[in-house]
Amino acid sequence: MNSSQRINITKASSHSAISEGKLTRWLLSTVALSFLILFLLLPLFTVFAEALRNGWQTYGKALSDADGLAAIKLTVIASAIAVPLNLIFGVAAAWSIAKFEFRGKVLLSTLIDLPFSVSPVVTGLIFVLMFGASGWAAPLLNNTDIQILFALPGIVLVSIFVTFPFIARELIPLMQEQGSDEEQAALSLGANGWQTFWHVTLPNIRWGLLYGVLLCNARAMGEFGAVSVVSGHIRGETNTLPLHVEILYNEYNFAAAFAMASILACLALVTLAIKAVLEKTHGLKH
Amino acid sequence: MKFKTNSPLPGFAPALFYTVLYLALIVVIPLSGLFFKTAELGLAQFWDLISGERVTHALTISFTTALAAAIINAVFGLIIAWVFVRYDFTGKGLFDAIIDLPFALPTAVAGIALSTLYSGSGWLGSLFNKIGIEIAFTPLGIVIALTFIGLPFVVRSVEPVLRELEKELEEAAASLGANRWQTLYHVVFPTLLPALLSGFALAFARGVGEYGSVIFIAGNVPYVSEVAPLLIVIKLEEYDYAGATAVAAAMLLISFVLLILINALQAWSQRYKSSSQNVSTTPVQEHLA
Amino acid sequence: MKAPLRTRLLTSLLVPFLLASLLSATTAYAKDYSLLNVSYDPTRELYQEFNAEFSRYWKEKTGDHIAIKQSHGGSGKQARSVIDGLSADVVTLALAYDIDVIAQKTGKLPANWQSQLASNSAPYTSTIVLLVRKNNPKKIHDWPDLIKADISVVTPNPKTSGGARWNYLAAYAFAKHAYGSDAAAEEFISTLFKRVSVLDTGARAATTTFAQRGIGDVLITWENEAYLALNEFGADKFEIVLPSLSIKAEPPVAVVAANAQKHGVAAIAQAYLEYLYSPAGQTIIAKHYFRPAKPELITSTEIPHLAELNLVNIDQEFGGWAQVQAKHFNDGGVFDQLYRPRR
Repeated sequence: MNSSQRINITKASSHSAISEGKLTRWLLSTVALSFLILFLLLPLFTVFAEALRNGWQTYGKALSDADGLAAIKLTVIASAIAVPLNLIFGVAAAWSIAKFEFRGKVLLSTLIDLPFSVSPVVTGLIFVLMFGASGWAAPLLNNTDIQILFALPGIVLVSIFVTFPFIARELIPLMQEQGSDEEQAALSLGANGWQTFWHVTLPNIRWGLLYGVLLCNARAMGEFGAVSVVSGHIRGETNTLPLHVEILYNEYNFAAAFAMASILACLALVTLAIKAVLEKTHGLKH
Repeated sequence: MKFKTNSPLPGFAPALFYTVLYLALIVVIPLSGLFFKTAELGLAQFWDLISGERVTHALTISFTTALAAAIINAVFGLIIAWVFVRYDFTGKGLFDAIIDLPFALPTAVAGIALSTLYSGSGWLGSLFNKIGIEIAFTPLGIVIALTFIGLPFVVRSVEPVLRELEKELEEAAASLGANRWQTLYHVVFPTLLPALLSGFALAFARGVGEYGSVIFIAGNVPYVSEVAPLLIVIKLEEYDYAGATAVAAAMLLISFVLLILINALQAWSQRYKSSSQNVSTTPVQEHLA
Repeated sequence: MKAPLRTRLLTSLLVPFLLASLLSATTAYAKDYSLLNVSYDPTRELYQEFNAEFSRYWKEKTGDHIAIKQSHGGSGKQARSVIDGLSADVVTLALAYDIDVIAQKTGKLPANWQSQLASNSAPYTSTIVLLVRKNNPKKIHDWPDLIKADISVVTPNPKTSGGARWNYLAAYAFAKHAYGSDAAAEEFISTLFKRVSVLDTGARAATTTFAQRGIGDVLITWENEAYLALNEFGADKFEIVLPSLSIKAEPPVAVVAANAQKHGVAAIAQAYLEYLYSPAGQTIIAKHYFRPAKPELITSTEIPHLAELNLVNIDQEFGGWAQVQAKHFNDGGVFDQLYRPRR
């Protein structure tokens, strides 16, 4: 079939059996876009509209509040620890699962997905059960000065848990698709394992890796339920950005709550923008 | 049978060792703590704790609202995926990027934005109030929040399958005399179904456990709009560790079943896809014979 | 492209550890003390001002810098956090029972903690009032008006909120006095909770529901919380209705001795709580619409005047918190039996 014939078919059938009629197309597009506007764009717009309701000055003041800055700092530190740890794990997991055949592989990859189906609140709960006063790991910590719950380590732990599968999930299908021919070629040419990984595997997966890191980071910075259970809500100390949003909201300080929320919304937008660019320039598809 | 098939690639042992160690430390050991705690309760007490009226109501509310939201998402997610794969329009790239917003936007932010939007004095809430519908602080509000959270799961599951679906298949159906609805019903829909179901299940599973966005927009009234995760938090706040653990374990068990279901669906989806590609005309001929 | 990626990876690994070590370095300054006050919902504004005043006072007195951190939430929830290891140096909660539980479960403060400070360790008291919309459109003047069929009530959940437990007891005490028996009081409470449209987990969330989200005809709440709502949202939106009978709520304070000693701030924690009883502390307390334990110390004339109310006392009326908690609020207690919301 040459191209002109195909065009003819497409044209001739555009209102019959191969595609929908013009009205149906219009209707479907309208439904789809209205749904997106109503459910996604409007809430996003609300965040910024409410944040700026009392003008830029209030907005600036809200952002420079000391407790707010402390919340931002804590959020950044927590995900700066959680994300790299999950990155190393994600690469190791993807390497073993995608490049090798072994028994128990299905079980392993199911277990990696497990945190996806655990409610954030339950995540918080399991660490409270572990490190709380009557927790089974509490005796180990009793005589030390190490504080896990209601401190940075607890927040980092739950952040790691909720974002656990993100990077591995992104890398496994990617590495499976690429097979191991290139690595084998590099090895046969005399490269050692690390060289092969750095110079062959990593360049192949770097965009998927980046996207996984971005998603992981967005979720780690935005986690609410799990962090809420283990945080202790100490102002200026263990309040992450999402928790600070809730606190401000509960203090009738709506403009400030939405100002803080707008930082997180911007983070989300940046994540989406980078992802869109990656897809466009590197043909990355989830 | 050997544990591992031979491979020339190095690094299997350390990579697997690290993977399993990290998995055990972060996920398996803490999670099993929950089950040991539940086991301590004994079956009778466990059943007692989760069969209380308030708990069953909370679980029912969580699962029904998540189900409703997942159904809404299945319908509209399918339409959205269809429109984005098949049609061209201005601003498509922008809208396409925005579909993933719920993945990237923190749930608490979504929660305060949605509850502001849908409360009686909000832009949308005031419109609905005029026709006598209250959304914020009712179970309907929970459905709205869960719809927001779950949308991308469906769209992103269906999209790749739809993109790979060859137009030739539809053309063949059409050339054999099928009208558009027959083609959609007999050819397109069966191919999409596994992906749609798996997106549906993912959205559902996520919705059941959702907390951050829900607590702002739900009225949190026991028996009416109190979801299971909130009940866990409330039980924790009442020093009722046994109760919290039991509800959490019940939720987890149900979620595990869902997870297994999702994996099965995905496997089914894979098989279906490859078989339909290999013998691409058979389904059509079968249906039209 | 390979080298920069590697560098970036390395940087991303190193940065958190550098940041973490920086963080631990900053906490090592001498003569810089930090005190954690774990408190309940409606005291946010009070302690914000009081903490600043105490820091100033302490610096003047000793030259040391003291930074006071705050954590707020539903009283029951806050107690739970302290039991689980939130290292509070002082707790300032909504009711004595919550501090009793901390003492029992952790042993970090003595069982007789309540006798360690003046006035039952309650430097301020408060009471429960009703907040209605401007001009009182539903004509709500006292407790019986709340159970009328067309009234929608907002109150938090007694299981998690200390304030809500006081709300419940105030209504109960009224009904028992007005109708003469526990059975009648239970029926009144049962009907009252049928009128509840939203049951938030904390007093502050309930106020938000009523004031900001516009739900309900009446909010049962702390007196100070009601005044705060007037100030925050404008006196043209709401009115305070004083019921014919209410309860004297005593939110107590205590030093969590074991934590404070561990952090080396036992003396400061004690001074902090004692300062609540000073003229300066009592004035700030009065300014935030709490009822000071020692009003005679206040010289300022610019404090709000709170009306005299007919108040019952928890010990005389209900036999103390331990009994109340066991009878009314524990699982399967009176509240659980009565509470069946409208379907």
